[in-house]
Amino acid sequence: MSAVPLEVVVRAEEPGEADLGGPAELGPRARLFPALCAVYRAQLSRARVARIPLLFVATFQSVGIMILMRGVVDGGGEARAVVAGSSVLVVAFVALNLLAQYFGQLRADGGLDHYATLPVPPAAVVLGAAAAYASFTVPGTLVTAVVGCGLFGLPLTHLWVLAAVIPLAGAALAGLGAALGLLAPRPELATLLGQMGMSAALLLGVLPAERMPTLLQYARDLLPSTYGVEAFARTFGPEPDWAVVALDLAVCAGVGVASLAVATWAYRRAAVR
Amino acid sequence: MRDLVKTYPAARGRRGRPATPEVRATDGICLTVRRGEIFGLLGPNGAGKSTLVRQLTGLMRPDSGTVDILGHDIVRHPERAARILAYLGQESTALDELTVSLAVETTGRLRGLDVRRARAERDAVLEELGLTALASRPLKKLSGGQRRLACFATALVGERPLLVLDEPTTGMDPVARRAVWAAIDWRRAERGTTVLLVTHNVIEAETVLDRVAVLDRGKVIACDSPAGLKEKVADEVRVELVWRERAPMDVPEVAALRSSAVESGRRWSLRLAPEEARAAVAAVTGGSAFAALDDFTVATPSLEDVYLALGGSGRGLVKA
Repeated sequence: MSAVPLEVVVRAEEPGEADLGGPAELGPRARLFPALCAVYRAQLSRARVARIPLLFVATFQSVGIMILMRGVVDGGGEARAVVAGSSVLVVAFVALNLLAQYFGQLRADGGLDHYATLPVPPAAVVLGAAAAYASFTVPGTLVTAVVGCGLFGLPLTHLWVLAAVIPLAGAALAGLGAALGLLAPRPELATLLGQMGMSAALLLGVLPAERMPTLLQYARDLLPSTYGVEAFARTFGPEPDWAVVALDLAVCAGVGVASLAVATWAYRRAAVR
Repeated sequence: MRDLVKTYPAARGRRGRPATPEVRATDGICLTVRRGEIFGLLGPNGAGKSTLVRQLTGLMRPDSGTVDILGHDIVRHPERAARILAYLGQESTALDELTVSLAVETTGRLRGLDVRRARAERDAVLEELGLTALASRPLKKLSGGQRRLACFATALVGERPLLVLDEPTTGMDPVARRAVWAAIDWRRAERGTTVLLVTHNVIEAETVLDRVAVLDRGKVIACDSPAGLKEKVADEVRVELVWRERAPMDVPEVAALRSSAVESGRRWSLRLAPEEARAAVAAVTGGSAFAALDDFTVATPSLEDVYLALGGSGRGLVKA
């Protein structure tokens, strides 16, 4: 403990500045696109620190499922559905499940405050994160699709369609994941919802639809990933009906726009409590 | 009131969580911070500091009351808060997995800077705070104090006229602390930056703040300069005596002091009027009592004494 002189030293008060005449100038606002790019880049860099092990898990899981299903399905349409379903499952695992967990966590421990006190459009944060998570799925999805084609003897000719399937299914599932994560009142609930969404994608996407009870077939139609699976599965055929593929992908895109809009609304709601 | 640039009248209570009984975290708080001032909010945990800050930064809408920052109504336009102030919260989870350099650059870009300005400011701020060597390390891998300093760096990019800092120096070593206060002082002197600081660290509050508001249970129980606050209890002086082995009770002056001392082991802590203190010091430093004395200090009252004298509950204030 230090001895302090007995007299109290009164610090000179800062002279109050004169009235500035009107409100202070506001700082610049971050515009949507540059902010989105900045968030995307930052999120992408997180992969180096945190995401890589989980990407392996996603891929191994899908490859494992295909190996298991090899003994069950007998080529043809069912094989196409399994390969397409397993590939899109990687997207569901990362974009839906992991993003729901990420936003759930961020919301719970006050991490959203950082973004909420920056002049960023909410859409930039949500879209940037969703785009990054959709990007994380690219390697896993590609590996799964190529391995699946090898396992079931499917042609690699139209794999390019993944260039549309990943972003569109990714948008739909990432939007859903973000919305679930931001709306869940507790982080455990966000994790649970994310896991359940992924389980639904697994059950309803990978198993051939014809073998399901009617009720599950309806449920399957409600899940956005189904349309990504169907679009992808169709392209393995000898003469794919591109119009139907496009229609399936359009459904994904529509769900993507809607779910991302909901996620943006949910972000706004979660940021200002 | 003419030279008051920011007024925070009556940011009124907000309910606690629905499951718990209603808690008024901020109860009719009325504060005015002057431009270019380092203003502190001091109080124990749960005093309502963080709630108040959340209301000021537009993160939480007050149930009633107004918040005016540099001429902008933040209750009506909460989105403007982000364009006038930079906020350093207690959590860094949004940045934890980024490198220091990317965290600062991204924050700058999200504050509306273009890529070149964001990078230039990032380099300048990292250099200023001595973080350049850590620039490529992820925040997660840094020590608590270093991480805090990196978060502080993100609050400085994309300059704002008001900095709202929630316990900025928690866990920092003296070098980092000095870097923080130097950065704040420089910005205030050069750019007239106003700083609102949340702290429960009494020593920090005494040395860096121009004015302090002491909060307790959602109310402002005092608001003045640290010196001004201490004047309220200026009729008392704190005398601390540490005896070598035990107090020499055979000296009558020492025996007389015992009744007013708070004893903890070999240490006696006394609050006395200045004349009494002078007499006491004279007694223990002269004659046989001095031989038994190990150490003694005489100090003006600290903010902690003020806090206690004002009737605050007194728990949770850190003295370090």
